[in-house]
Amino acid sequence: MTTKDQVEQEEGVTRRDFLYVATGAVGAVGAASVVWPLVDQMNPSADVLALASVEVDLSAIPLGQTLKILWRGKPIFIRHRTAAEIEAAIADNGAIDLIDPEDDQARAERPEWLIMVGVCTHLGCVPLDQRGDFNAWFCPCHGSHYDISGRIRKGPAPRNLEVPKYAFLNDTTVKIG
Amino acid sequence: MGSSNYQPTNKAVKWFEDRLPILGLMHSTLGAGYLAPRNLNYWWNFGSLAGFMLVVQIITGVILVMHYTPHVDMAFRAVEHIMRDVNYGWLIRYTHSNGASMFFVVVYIHILRGMYFGSYKSPREVLWFLGLVIYLLMMATGFMGYVLPWGQMSFWGATVITNLFGAFDFYEGMGESILHLLWGGFAVDNPTLQRFFSLHYLLPFVIVGVVILHIWALHLPGSNNPLGIDAKGPGDKIPFHPYYTAKDLFGLSFFIVILAIFIFYMPNIMGHPDNYIEANPMVTPPHIVPEWYYLPFYTILKAVPDKLFGVIAMFASILIFFVLPWLDGSKIRSAKFRPTTAFFFWLFLLNTLYLGYLGTKLPDEIMIDMAGGIDALTMGRISSIFYFAYFIVIVPLVSRMESTKPVPISIAQSVLDANKKG
Ligand code: HEM
Ligand code: FES
Repeated sequence: MTTKDQVEQEEGVTRRDFLYVATGAVGAVGAASVVWPLVDQMNPSADVLALASVEVDLSAIPLGQTLKILWRGKPIFIRHRTAAEIEAAIADNGAIDLIDPEDDQARAERPEWLIMVGVCTHLGCVPLDQRGDFNAWFCPCHGSHYDISGRIRKGPAPRNLEVPKYAFLNDTTVKIG
Repeated sequence: MGSSNYQPTNKAVKWFEDRLPILGLMHSTLGAGYLAPRNLNYWWNFGSLAGFMLVVQIITGVILVMHYTPHVDMAFRAVEHIMRDVNYGWLIRYTHSNGASMFFVVVYIHILRGMYFGSYKSPREVLWFLGLVIYLLMMATGFMGYVLPWGQMSFWGATVITNLFGAFDFYEGMGESILHLLWGGFAVDNPTLQRFFSLHYLLPFVIVGVVILHIWALHLPGSNNPLGIDAKGPGDKIPFHPYYTAKDLFGLSFFIVILAIFIFYMPNIMGHPDNYIEANPMVTPPHIVPEWYYLPFYTILKAVPDKLFGVIAMFASILIFFVLPWLDGSKIRSAKFRPTTAFFFWLFLLNTLYLGYLGTKLPDEIMIDMAGGIDALTMGRISSIFYFAYFIVIVPLVSRMESTKPVPISIAQSVLDANKKG
């Protein structure tokens, strides 16, 4: 190919330009499709995903106490709340210091059972029970205070303690996950 | 790395050199073929000390791997096995763990040396960048290494640091997806340990590669020096070997004594006792702290009340070093001739040390007992503001406005003048 055709001499779009772009585009898609498995292998594998749910017997948790269990590598808090605690949680529904406003009723299907992932929404430490400004949960790592509904009230955490998916199988058994 | 004037006399060496000129390369990089300014002081010793520490970490690391098992059920016991059962295992491990700390000490001094004498300024900006890349890789390597013994600090350090990336939560679920990708699960767990192990093994060799680029970039303009002026005539320079090889080895012998004092007499002083408790995902230790070399940045993270901005401020506090060459507008490199710059440099250093000290404190601990008590959080905020003000306000203004002292015309001249006076 030593001579240029008419279109090329006039610096217009040629068939060769099209072939360059088309080849490059196919190559890029091919490269991306090879990279994806290399990235996706980092995501939770099938056996990790399979650890879906646990069943917990509630009858053993005395009033005013929190049970901690491990679910998917994370602690779950199950608190048997007293009438006074439920009242305090509901009374605070509209409090102005709620960073992530949420009603207590939306956080506990049955008010006496508050079930939450025990992982601080700041950077993932496990908050301590019956501590802090609300005598509920306090995260020692960077000082986040949660109330008796697990709502963030003070400190660097952005969100309330997460409520996992759960279902009551009967009055004394709950299935988490 | 520069052309070589290496002329081997031995026939066999010459035969080899004609086929692979690697000896000439060594000669012109670390040997008599590299001409360095004649006035380098001991602050210029820390580059070779850092290189030494990298080699120490790699050798001890490769040996540790021969006895270590990266699995949540076995990692903690494997490290105890190294400590108790393996012949000289305690020595290898204590050298590796204290070696990491001393590596950071050396690199911090090396960076501060560059800041004081203006080594980041033209024409050495890329050299400075490569140094910062090495530092970032070291931070990642040190962090992942600390996770491997799978103690309480390993686990909770890994949890807090990986959770930083969850702050990038720009649409519903994005932060969580990033975290699941990093962990390979729903929390720090076995997949996390295994990938950290793989990367902890890999990154030091990536560092070796960047170190080679770093030295390559050094040898184009040559070393800076305490006067910060260009070395020009032959009277300004001396061959690296034997002058600086001897000086560096002498410095190295002192450094090894210090390293040995840590390894043999206080091997756990830089560590945290909680890391001798096996990782427990149900209980966070009451007071978690990162390793000392991350503490100033940890304080900056804690100083910002918002999660995302805290994380951004923390990364920015390190990345800002990349623009230092342009923030500093002075025509003179060395702070020797810039008294105001020197003053603020020392203030910056003190403030950064204080930030590190605050990193070990709980937010509501009282630091100054006046005006009803000023807590660590408030002091952390003040110190963080000064940290950024140093880069964004003080350096740009001072470097452009201060009246500087007269700079000698050449290195040789300044040496002669000093001799006359002395
Ligand atoms: C840039 C160089 C390196 C740095 C800064 C570094 C840092 C660290 C740190 C801080 C620890 C934790 C020590 C402890 O508290 O016990 C560690 C552990 C470990 N490192 Fe490295 N390391 C480096 C290179 C390497 C290399 C090249 C390897 C392997 C080839 C390696 C293998 C290991 C192993 C197996 C452990 C776990 C055993 C232990 O905890 O003592 N390291 N590293
Ligand atoms: S992790 Fe709970 S406050 Fe930071």
